Amino acid sequence: MNRILATALTEFRIAFRNRWVAIAIGLMALFALVLSAAGSAPTGALGADRLSVTVASLTSLAVYLVPLLALLMAFDAIAGEAERGTLPLLLTYPGSRVEILLGKLAAHLCVLALALLAGYGLAAVAAFLADPGAASGLPALFRLGWTSLLLGATFLGAGYALSALARRPSGAAGLAMGLWLGAVVLYDLALLAAVVADGGGWFTTDLFPLALLANPADAFRLFNLAASEATAAAAGVGGAAAAVPLWQSALSVLLWPLGALALASAAFRRVTP
Amino acid sequence: MTSTLKISALTKTFAGLKALDAVSLTVEPGMRVALLGHNGAGKSTLMKIVLGLLPFDKGQVEVCGAAPGSTAARAGVAYLPENAAFHPALTGEEQIGHYLALRGESPKGARALLERVGLHEAAGRRIGSYSKGMRQRVGLAQALIGRPRLLVLDEPTSGLDPVSRRDFYELLDGLAAEGAAILLSSHALTEVEARTDRLLILSKGRMVASGTLSDLRREAALPVTIHMTARNGYAADIAAALPGSIRFGADLQLSCSQEDKLGALARVTGLGDRLADIEVVPPSLEDIYSHFSRRDGQ
Repeated sequence: MNRILATALTEFRIAFRNRWVAIAIGLMALFALVLSAAGSAPTGALGADRLSVTVASLTSLAVYLVPLLALLMAFDAIAGEAERGTLPLLLTYPGSRVEILLGKLAAHLCVLALALLAGYGLAAVAAFLADPGAASGLPALFRLGWTSLLLGATFLGAGYALSALARRPSGAAGLAMGLWLGAVVLYDLALLAAVVADGGGWFTTDLFPLALLANPADAFRLFNLAASEATAAAAGVGGAAAAVPLWQSALSVLLWPLGALALASAAFRRVTP
Repeated sequence: MTSTLKISALTKTFAGLKALDAVSLTVEPGMRVALLGHNGAGKSTLMKIVLGLLPFDKGQVEVCGAAPGSTAARAGVAYLPENAAFHPALTGEEQIGHYLALRGESPKGARALLERVGLHEAAGRRIGSYSKGMRQRVGLAQALIGRPRLLVLDEPTSGLDPVSRRDFYELLDGLAAEGAAILLSSHALTEVEARTDRLLILSKGRMVASGTLSDLRREAALPVTIHMTARNGYAADIAAALPGSIRFGADLQLSCSQEDKLGALARVTGLGDRLADIEVVPPSLEDIYSHFSRRDGQ
């Protein structure tokens, strides 16, 4: 436990010195503010409180931004140590490789939490300023917060796995961007294309919900939109939220971080420095 | 006395190429052992196996009574990699503090450790601004954490100036006196000869020599050379009196085996005042080293 804490402290220090903390906070805050400003128009028509609508917009933002931030922080975790030549020495110290991963994960989750706090906090303040009844959206915002962290943990774990597989930071960066593009952007496009082509057949009714649950980003979106009252404010894949029971998307959101960390641990174990 | 490190018939193959071939060695507590060999002789591979970083194919390795890389072994072993590297964004003190915490000790001891290796003034600066020698000292400082039972040092003095080298070997002497076993690798026999108890020479993955320097000297049985300077005009006389000698103008050179050394000297001194000067040159450390590392047809 001490070793995990020590690793987390050192990694956080490195993230801070490398400006990652500032970049993550700045990015989240900027996007959250832009969303709040842009989302001010449609409120009245939906009959939902202002914060719930903001949460729906933030969910769409988080689906892209949280995996991106997580992968950007994670891709260097093992490949970077290998390239700098710090990995062999680190591995001769007492403690398991899982402890090293958990320490890095704790630090990176901390950075992510700070960024989310800044971004979501600003958006919430903006919502409260515009609508005094925004408090009814607070549970949705809280839910968005912890599921965002779990989504981040999933992509951090995936990033560590890629970092261990690639052995070189440049290769790991390429793989990480490929994963982001594939899991967050292309996956949804491919599903939508398939749904359109299928025209309401077997794919749309049976396989489509499963395909959504199998992707951590989609499961995150489903869970947040289904749980919130503002489903109507979301477009696209989010419209399918009603079709999938809440417990299923919750389970996917909870299990993915564990799965990703198991993958990372398996990949890291195979690394011989 | 139980050995700190026991290796028997260790074999490691990389893609069909034998990196280590039936290597056996033991290191007792308090013993300083130098591992010598060319680049690619297998020194680093042997060290990585001892540290548990690399798996091996055949043989037995026992580190502090446990399997290499096991928790017990890692708790007792300290490692200094060749070209020690650290995260450039951390200060020396933070980096050592981190390593202290990993070994279950208080990070507050970092400054004292850095002082021991002469880095206290730079302790608060980022490692990114350190010179190679300073990074090597950080590496040495982390190897001193927690009274290790075995120190594995890969080319520990590369990048150190001569004065730092001497300080470094003094530190090692202190650790060995406290009972730590030390296994270090080096290219330079001249550097380690006076500072180690045993020398091991690896060549192409095989242990070609092992023992103290005088053991190796005896085993190599390299010829002794006697250099002579003749007085004016006597060089030809001397060359005739000493068959087998080689003449370069007024200088002559005679090679003989260790056993014949005294007989040859007697004949040389018998030449009386025809000689201006004589000098007996034993085989140099480099000669002995090349003798062993070339024996396999290199």
